[in-house]
Amino acid sequence: MATVTFDHATRVYPGTERPAVDQLNLEIEDGEFLVLVGPSGCGKSTSLRMLAGLEDVNGGHIFIGDRDVTDVQPKDRDIAMVFQNYALYPHMSVADNMGFALKIAGTPKAEIRQRVEEAAKILDLTEYLDRKPKALSGGQRQRVAMGRAIVRQPQVFLMDEPLSNLDAKLRVQTRTQIASLQRRLGVTTVYVTHDQTEALTMGDRIAVLNHGVLQQVGTPREMYDRPNNVFVAGFIGSPAMNIGTFDVKEGVVKVGSADVPLERSIASGMTDADSGKVTLGFRPEALDVVPVGTPGSFDVEVNLVEELGSDAFVYGTLKGDTDLNLTAGETNQLIVRIDPRSVPDKGDVIAVSIQAGHSHVFSATTGERLG
Amino acid sequence: MSTTQPAVAPTAVPPQSGVTERARKAKKRLTSPWASGIAVIIAIAWTVPTFGLLVTSFRPELDIRRSGWWTVFGDAFAGEGVFSLRNYESALFDSSTNLIDYFVNSLVITLPAVFIPITVALLAAYAFAWIDFKGRDILFVAVFALQIVPIQITLIPLLSAYVRTGINGTFWPIWLSHSMFALPLAIFLLHNFMRDIPSSLVEAARVDGAGHVKIFFSVMLPLLTPAIAAFAIFQFLWVWNDLLVGLVMGSTSTSPLTVRVAEMAGSRGGDWHVLSAGAFISILVPLIVFLALQRYFVRGMLAGSVKG
Repeated sequence: MATVTFDHATRVYPGTERPAVDQLNLEIEDGEFLVLVGPSGCGKSTSLRMLAGLEDVNGGHIFIGDRDVTDVQPKDRDIAMVFQNYALYPHMSVADNMGFALKIAGTPKAEIRQRVEEAAKILDLTEYLDRKPKALSGGQRQRVAMGRAIVRQPQVFLMDEPLSNLDAKLRVQTRTQIASLQRRLGVTTVYVTHDQTEALTMGDRIAVLNHGVLQQVGTPREMYDRPNNVFVAGFIGSPAMNIGTFDVKEGVVKVGSADVPLERSIASGMTDADSGKVTLGFRPEALDVVPVGTPGSFDVEVNLVEELGSDAFVYGTLKGDTDLNLTAGETNQLIVRIDPRSVPDKGDVIAVSIQAGHSHVFSATTGERLG
Repeated sequence: MSTTQPAVAPTAVPPQSGVTERARKAKKRLTSPWASGIAVIIAIAWTVPTFGLLVTSFRPELDIRRSGWWTVFGDAFAGEGVFSLRNYESALFDSSTNLIDYFVNSLVITLPAVFIPITVALLAAYAFAWIDFKGRDILFVAVFALQIVPIQITLIPLLSAYVRTGINGTFWPIWLSHSMFALPLAIFLLHNFMRDIPSSLVEAARVDGAGHVKIFFSVMLPLLTPAIAAFAIFQFLWVWNDLLVGLVMGSTSTSPLTVRVAEMAGSRGGDWHVLSAGAFISILVPLIVFLALQRYFVRGMLAGSVKG
């Protein structure tokens, strides 16, 4: 068990200008489950591989516990890693795969057998111990990869998108298994994923990266309720947050026909460079459907209704928003969560208002949170 | 349900009927009675002389002089055809031919000439594939470029070097020459096989605590068995059938079978009974090697290592 510390850790790939990971500062507590999340190419896997020793560190330091491991070989770091494609040794049986690290370390045979069997019991692999990996299903292979990590009883688990090769149903199931297993073993874990749902459901804390730069670290609740900037706001949450840039006049934000009041403390954070605009974000569930014409509401033309049973989401366009600057995630539409019992038809116009205190205001130029 | 699945691409699998339709079309396009006919003719044209040699080698000397090998079938029906092992006996053990000594020579030459280049090439290929060092790519291209150099150009410089070092007349010049000529291709082939092994396997082994030596022996070698076997077969056949190197680099005491059989064809052109038996003795070993190891050509061992 140990803490993990990234201290201004930087990785620049040879032949590139921009660092893949830029001055990463991150402290991971003993026994914590930290999820690194971000879009592809954001440097999350590189960060993990730097911690594993598979990638050189060009600047800064990495510590495991109090030990500086920046230039230590992977084999001497006392870590175990689960790879995205599992990387099982195809010519070895499941038991040999799981015991390989112990065998190299010179552990007595009887002890290897005992530890492998314990891990196999935890992961429900006992009956497969003598099989080769090719005789296993995808889910079983994934569990063998987990088992290989558990058997070592390392100081830190590193997991590089271990679920992305499973089908959707198995992924959800394995997600909870890994999370509960980690809580039980209490081993510090760094987990990389591009899936923000995985991040929110599994992590004690989440670290969001973009373009090699750490955007925000916090508990899933903090990340969801108080994103530090526009990127985090748009990345965390599904369906995504509605984000748009609007004019501010006389202390109110003009969203379509509605005036959304802006707190004085927030308004004072605006600079001249913003030229009287702010970026406003509000989640689909922060919108209430109200009768058309209600003061403080704006009109939305319904393009599509997505019904999920427990919820329903309207994808629509803000009336009068001709340049479509209000977007949610990848769509250039506005998303509203509505009562699944009374859904509007395509083409209808509904009026919605933003619940007080449930909007997020960001600087129009820097994208940083205001107030 | 995870709600941020990657967007599902338009389904790439056509409906079942489409697949069978395509299979039918492909079969139609790939099979042609003409092509099959030509293939059969080529196969026959290649096999008939060898088969004739085989039959001849079992016929008594007088019969060989008197009639062609194909008459043997008619004679066999009439109950007159005679087969004997006498030719093999005289080819192997008669003091004038004495092929058994040359057979041993061939084995003594071939085994090290296969073992040495594979050992060296495995180490070199591992370094080229998995160890990052300065100038690696340039060196790799340079090594493979040596493949361009024709063997004939190297004969005289090599031979004079062997004479100077005083190893001339032993088996060493032959072993070394065969190893040198094999290395560029061996390194290239084995390097490509090693690169095909997923890098995450090597990384997993590194995280598991393995150094280069351990990775080489515990992870690479078992996975490379098919590649090593394939190359070993090629190299074995090449060295066993080689005449040039054995003739130029060797002395009378180190001549392989091929050199001796060639000599017999020159000096004893009339003795068909001994020649045909000798030729078959030299074919026998490659045939056994190929049949015994051919399964390595087809078997892939990577199945199951990473998610396919």
